[in-house]
Amino acid sequence: MAPGGALGLPSEEEVRLAARALGDGAFQVELSVPGVHCGACINSVEKTLLALDNVRSARVNLSTRRVTIVWRGQDVPPLVSRLAAIGYPPHLFDTAGVSDDQTLPELIRAVAISGFAATNIMLLSVSVWSGADGATRDLFHWVSALIAVPALVFAGRIYYRSAWQALRHGRMNMDVPIAVGISLAYAMSLYETATGGHYAYFDATVSLLFFLLIGRTLDHVMREKARSAVIGLARLQPHGALVVGDGGERTYRPVIEIQTGDRLLIAAGERVPVDGVIETGQSVVDAAITNGESTPLRAAAGVELRAGMLNLTGPLTVIAQRPASQSFLAEMTRLMEAAEGGRARYRRIAERVSALYAPVVHLTALLTFAGWMLWAGDWHQAMTIAIAVLIITCPCALGLAVPIVHVVAARRLFEDGVMLKDGSALERMVDVDTVVFDKTGTLTLGALRLVNAADIAPEYLAVASDLAGHSRHPVAAAIHAVSIPFVERMEEVSEVPGFGLQGRSGTHLWRLGRASWAVANNDDKPGGTVLSRDGEPVARFVFEDTIRPMTRQTIADLIARNIHVEMLSGDNQTACDRVADTVGIERYSANLLPADKVSRLNDLASDGRKVLMVGDGLNDAPALAAARVSMAPATAADIGRNAADFVFLRNGLDAVLHTLDIARRADRLVRQNIVLAIIYNAIAVPIAIFGYVTPLIAAIAMSASSLLVIANALRLSAGRRNRGEATFVQTREVQA
Amino acid sequence: MTILTYLIPVALVLGAGALVAFLWALRSGQYEDLDGAAHRMLNDDDRADGRRSDGSATRPKT
Repeated sequence: MAPGGALGLPSEEEVRLAARALGDGAFQVELSVPGVHCGACINSVEKTLLALDNVRSARVNLSTRRVTIVWRGQDVPPLVSRLAAIGYPPHLFDTAGVSDDQTLPELIRAVAISGFAATNIMLLSVSVWSGADGATRDLFHWVSALIAVPALVFAGRIYYRSAWQALRHGRMNMDVPIAVGISLAYAMSLYETATGGHYAYFDATVSLLFFLLIGRTLDHVMREKARSAVIGLARLQPHGALVVGDGGERTYRPVIEIQTGDRLLIAAGERVPVDGVIETGQSVVDAAITNGESTPLRAAAGVELRAGMLNLTGPLTVIAQRPASQSFLAEMTRLMEAAEGGRARYRRIAERVSALYAPVVHLTALLTFAGWMLWAGDWHQAMTIAIAVLIITCPCALGLAVPIVHVVAARRLFEDGVMLKDGSALERMVDVDTVVFDKTGTLTLGALRLVNAADIAPEYLAVASDLAGHSRHPVAAAIHAVSIPFVERMEEVSEVPGFGLQGRSGTHLWRLGRASWAVANNDDKPGGTVLSRDGEPVARFVFEDTIRPMTRQTIADLIARNIHVEMLSGDNQTACDRVADTVGIERYSANLLPADKVSRLNDLASDGRKVLMVGDGLNDAPALAAARVSMAPATAADIGRNAADFVFLRNGLDAVLHTLDIARRADRLVRQNIVLAIIYNAIAVPIAIFGYVTPLIAAIAMSASSLLVIANALRLSAGRRNRGEATFVQTREVQA
Repeated sequence: MTILTYLIPVALVLGAGALVAFLWALRSGQYEDLDGAAHRMLNDDDRADGRRSDGSATRPKT
């Protein structure tokens, strides 16, 4: 790889900023190491790190592909460079997003406790069903009541809390009937037990909790897994910058402490931390992720830079114009917050179903109670039957019907390299009828490719490739990528910032770069990149942005499904014309500002269209937030990745179509599951209303209906195309 | 039926024992890296588990 291989790695100062002090002079940092995938990798990473001075411990977590390092002393050991040297380039990730997850331990504890209670109570119940009588039955009931207490406290708490939250905000969710059902069932069973009655529903109460919690926990685990995979992707925004003081002293400061007028040093390969103006230095700047321009910009004194741009070739001194809180990035965040809305208005299927379901169930139970009171006049009997209705209708199957499908779908997508960050995104994806693409970085890979390599004589290509190997300029990287064995080695190679590269072989002076500079008397020659020998042009190079794999096919497939496809780009008209023509998009707009993209999406939404936005840049982030549902590639800017509902890690654009297919299949299964649950209720409720339900029937009916919806959901994972771990694509920097 | 007076407690204690063992394993972080544990088992070099070569145990704090 070109010298650009070191691009994008965190500096020691950044590692220092990200580290957490453990006290007694020790510091701990977590680095994401996507390259770790086997036992040997664990071994070599840990051994290499432990061999460094002051490193106290290093432990790899293979599941999250992270390494936790503890060291002593103020100086950061050369962790990053050592890891990169042995082939595991690490990167920092946003630790703010990995705040200690308290929900998962609570859920697992609740599953364990309710599982313990459910199995033991079931054991006792089986003896009651098979004929235990009198004092033995009462004893068993009392023991069951006792075992159910921790289950209600630890596992029931989750449902009580959620139901209370919903009721307090005047909403209804599936947890309300569950909470009411288990409380009443427990209270009535306790009364039955105390009065020596026949029927106690401790088993039904606790096993209901157990089943529901399994679904809830799996849902949470799957979502957390996808989220941590997204968080583990390289951070693109720098943590800080090197500030030059008035006396010339250099200090590394976090981005938020940089003020207007500060003089910043930005080395080649670093991103610009805040908006600023170049004071000195010559370089080339990649603005693809900031505003979608595919052609790198020449940067010289006086040029304004925006936060997020990548400095490619030479060091720059930049005067900060605005603090981070008013920089381009912050402006995008504000636009994003303003744009959010389409998503918040969406109500999930489960919510819509439960808003109908809960009142119906509670009303049915109430009417049953009233009916039996009028008919038989025995309040105890009426109460028992009404509660049996509540238990039998308790939405065990319904509570599982939606989450279990989402778990299976999210797992399926995860294996195919698409991270689902929000469960409701699958539902919002279903009726998408318009797909809006960004251009640079989404339809294209943001890396240039040499088009006319075949037209250039191999000996010239070899010279150009050799020269190009000395630069990080994207054009040079594209030429260098066409590696051809060298005929003669270049000597005295030097880079002239803003113009190109020159080198000597024998008596000849070779130049690769801007035509106006490389060619001696350049009067009528067009611009572009040329290779010249002693001032005479010998080869001309033509480039184009590499189209993302599978793009043409995906767009054709989308159109074949009657989905309207559009491209919105911040790049210039010519670049857009070319890409749109290549991939087959008819409707597109160029030169758009971030706010223009949002307003276009709002126009589409007000026409009643359901829009999927696919984009990667900082300038797409507001549009990603404004769309009904959104996707971003793994190479996207941090805030874009956070704003998107789905992040795809593989390179091909077919991920879009694949996600749409999975979402639609999942939607069909969810609907089938809801129908199954309703059929179950249609059969079971009359039985309960007429008073024929015993604890045995309740236990069988509920387990059977739950198993049925789970089995139906598992059909989604059948017919899997390619199994295996999601492969992590390299970030844009590493490719360049 | 007197046999129940000690059989039920024995059954419950055994079940509770398993529950406590599971909760302990969860708390001590044994479920944090299931993939890694599967591979570490095959490592001959026991220094790879986070200890220095001088043998001092320095498990990272989590």
